[in-house]
Amino acid sequence: MSEHGQGHIINYSTLVTVWLALLVLTATTVAVSRLDLGALNIWAALGIACCKMSLVVAFFMHMKYENRLFQWFLFIALVTLTIFIGLTFFDVLYR
Amino acid sequence: MSEAGHHKDYEGAKLGMWLFLFTELLLFGGLFILYGVYLNRYPEAFKAGGDKLNVFFGGGNTVVLLTSSLSVAVGISALQKGNKKLCLGMLWVTIGSALLFLVNKFFEWSAKISHGIYPGSAHLKEMIPGESVFFGLYYITTGLHGIHVLLGAGILTWVATLVRSDKVHQGDFVTLENAGLYWHLVDLVWIFIFPLYYLIL
Repeated sequence: MSEHGQGHIINYSTLVTVWLALLVLTATTVAVSRLDLGALNIWAALGIACCKMSLVVAFFMHMKYENRLFQWFLFIALVTLTIFIGLTFFDVLYR
Repeated sequence: MSEAGHHKDYEGAKLGMWLFLFTELLLFGGLFILYGVYLNRYPEAFKAGGDKLNVFFGGGNTVVLLTSSLSVAVGISALQKGNKKLCLGMLWVTIGSALLFLVNKFFEWSAKISHGIYPGSAHLKEMIPGESVFFGLYYITTGLHGIHVLLGAGILTWVATLVRSDKVHQGDFVTLENAGLYWHLVDLVWIFIFPLYYLIL
């Protein structure tokens, strides 16, 4: 494979900004958990966790700047996990 | 282009690490699926269990891991820019954060265990079925995660010695990047553990 000077460098300020966003999202998820939204609570928690995951994967793990191939691989892995979860619940919810 | 007799495939090395991380995703994914199924079956018991966990330990550890992800990412950028000293400093911050996480975990688990909440305890047997499942999953998931934290700390220490001796450097740092990727996975798993176990109220 190619050896184009080992890649893009993320600057420190971007990294710190992402970190601050993650801290804000953490505070948000704690605050939201204190509200009684019934069934919506778990989905809100998962939604915020997915946002945090996206930030960590895209920036800290550099995925935003990677080869398209890496991004596809990640997508396929997440789809696999989703199918795994989905089919399990297809079974469990309708027993 | 390459050092004599030692051609390294930068993209390939990184892709290999990502493939390994996908297996880790499925490993922890399986534990989260168990959580989902049993949450669905025992919603009240899970809330009762979650109530017994300490949101300060959980939240504190979340902040520790998020910060450690920042430090390792800064360390990698630093080495890419040729700043070996900053890279090493950031690696020590990351490793220190890992150890802090484990110390917190030690106190947290000690408190639980002293209250009789641990796998196989009599107290656990007396609990309503859903709550004992909650704690079983809690120990397995956070235990497995804790092992990953320990391993990550070890790997990062090893990489720090490689950076110190210039075996990993500005022109060849994929080993550092891969160690960082592993560490971010540890952070990612905890990003899901925290709301699911500590914020189910």
